[in-house]
Amino acid sequence: MTSKTIFDKIWNNHSVGFRSDGKELLYIDRHVIHELHVPHAFSRLSKSKHQIHRKDLTIIVQDHTVPTREGLELISEHIKITSEHAKNYGLQLIDVHSKEHGIVHVVSPELGLALPGFTLACPDSHASTVGAIGCLAFGCGTSELEHILVTQTMVLNKPKQMRINLTGTLMRGVGAKDIALKIIGLLGVDAGKGYAVEFAGPVIDQMSVEERMTLCNMSIEWSCRTCIIAPDQKTIDWCTNRSQTPTRDHLNEVLKYWETLKSDGNSQFDKEHTIECSNVGPQITWGTDPSQVLDIGALVPSTTATQDQAYAQSIKAMNYMGLSAGQDLRGLNINRVFIGSCSNSRINDLREVAQLVEGKQVASHVKALIVPGSTATKEQAESEGLDIIFKNAGFEWHKSGCSMCAGANGEVGQMGERCVSTSNRNFENRQGRGVRTHLASPQMAAAAALAGHIVDARDFLPAKER
Amino acid sequence: MQAFTTLTSTVTPVTDNDINTDQIIPSQYLRDVNADLGYGLFAFLRRTPKNEIKSNFPLEDPRFKGSQILLVGQNFGCGSSREHAVWALQDFGFKCLIGLSFAELFRENCLKNGLLPITLSAESMALLIQKLALNEIPEEISVDLNSCQLIDADGLEILQFKMNENERFMLINGLDDIGLTLKEMGQIRSWEKNTADNKPWLTKSISLNN
Repeated sequence: MTSKTIFDKIWNNHSVGFRSDGKELLYIDRHVIHELHVPHAFSRLSKSKHQIHRKDLTIIVQDHTVPTREGLELISEHIKITSEHAKNYGLQLIDVHSKEHGIVHVVSPELGLALPGFTLACPDSHASTVGAIGCLAFGCGTSELEHILVTQTMVLNKPKQMRINLTGTLMRGVGAKDIALKIIGLLGVDAGKGYAVEFAGPVIDQMSVEERMTLCNMSIEWSCRTCIIAPDQKTIDWCTNRSQTPTRDHLNEVLKYWETLKSDGNSQFDKEHTIECSNVGPQITWGTDPSQVLDIGALVPSTTATQDQAYAQSIKAMNYMGLSAGQDLRGLNINRVFIGSCSNSRINDLREVAQLVEGKQVASHVKALIVPGSTATKEQAESEGLDIIFKNAGFEWHKSGCSMCAGANGEVGQMGERCVSTSNRNFENRQGRGVRTHLASPQMAAAAALAGHIVDARDFLPAKER
Repeated sequence: MQAFTTLTSTVTPVTDNDINTDQIIPSQYLRDVNADLGYGLFAFLRRTPKNEIKSNFPLEDPRFKGSQILLVGQNFGCGSSREHAVWALQDFGFKCLIGLSFAELFRENCLKNGLLPITLSAESMALLIQKLALNEIPEEISVDLNSCQLIDADGLEILQFKMNENERFMLINGLDDIGLTLKEMGQIRSWEKNTADNKPWLTKSISLNN
């Protein structure tokens, strides 16, 4: 028998067959929708008179347009319409005030909607965050969402496969976000196009499940639509007691299935990269796409050294960011810090930030907010007293939601402001018109908030750590 | 879905590489569910922060008024998977994109909505740009999806483009993706039955009130 990758195994398990046009139909076990896509998709659905095939495998979460500031009750049109559709179609809804609330990609694994060896679709490009626990997930558009509602399948061409081996041991103060940004910096924003990527190697083994989610979250930023990490004991322990994990009646069968979820020893990949991570420092982006990134302390690249096309892009990015070639980002004054998003808003992120900011103060000119990824994460943090540490240090402590990552809830910065953000996109105008976004890890963001300018977070780590 | 066969129009050039969907339709324009997405198309490229028109942006150039073909660069439509990007282009009036490459999800969204994405090699693109640059007054060209040709105003072929046969068939016939899959409901049900027999937990109902 030919050897198979974990991707092959899950794919084969869910392949329904081929359509008359030769495209493959993949069954979707869990369809997790968010409100930004509901108005269009459901108005089309109602016009088409199609029926929803598996309401029981469908769930809607309100996250993108949710106001996260405590006390703010502004409800968007999307939220209203979504609530109505959920009610009319009899679909399960995680509403703004429900105890399960949060960002789809945080809530899906937290509730056990995403599980190893399952397939999941979500109308959001960061769907593959849950690849971290071995769940094969695809982001989709609104038409595809409608297609899944009606048929519970996605129409796909099987992608090529790539493996990224991460070797070495991470330095103190370096985490999953740094590795994710390093990968994009090394390989470029196009590198994953057409590939399903498996992450493997000692660095993955060392990472917590949450850190792996940060890594997988960033995969679409280098054009890789889906990625996966084989579940290990950490994953299994993490997933076993989730509310939707069907282990109660079938524990042994499920565990047996999970054990098969790894790439066979002699698996062939269409492409393979090995990245040595021991010397990777904390990363921060200088430009307007996530590949325009550097190790803190390194200088904004001199444009003459790059190719023609990259040259024009660098110049444009530098102009937008108000930077010049050869500049050191350290010392650069900032106005905002955003710690949150499906990339970095889990409990491990919040603990790291708390450790770094405890007993210190956010610089007086910096507006810094922390937005937990879910209500459960928020409650966990509060039970550990982290919220007190944040508030005492001068951070705003918000309710869960996407907030300043997409800015779709109106939480955006002002023209010309510089923001260090733990989100996943530093595009022009993403966090508000004319806002200059520097992507970095929670530690880098927190340290910048304290200093009031960009710094090397390692200088701010508590002495005793590790 | 509307069928696509031929189209004659001027070609509006917005050819920067890596234009992402946030640039095509900024998220601020997604909040109002009844908004005219065409108004939000390239909003920040077309208008200043004070909402003044940037007349040097091609979409605001009167010579390209009513244009239905957009010429783009590499990796057009990268970033967020928002389908609103495609709808914004369509609401503005574009029916065809010609570019060096498109982001995967964006391209699929185009096909699903009947917006024709034509990918050209660097050589073909150079040829087309050379042709378009000849006249001060933008020339109309025709896109013929039956013959996969771009044709100039004199009826002469500028170039041939490549298109996946299935995608072409669906666009030409205005075929709906869902309709095509619904023909396979038998296969889908038999997969479900097989899974229910062998791995019932894989498709167990979500129940939040457990």
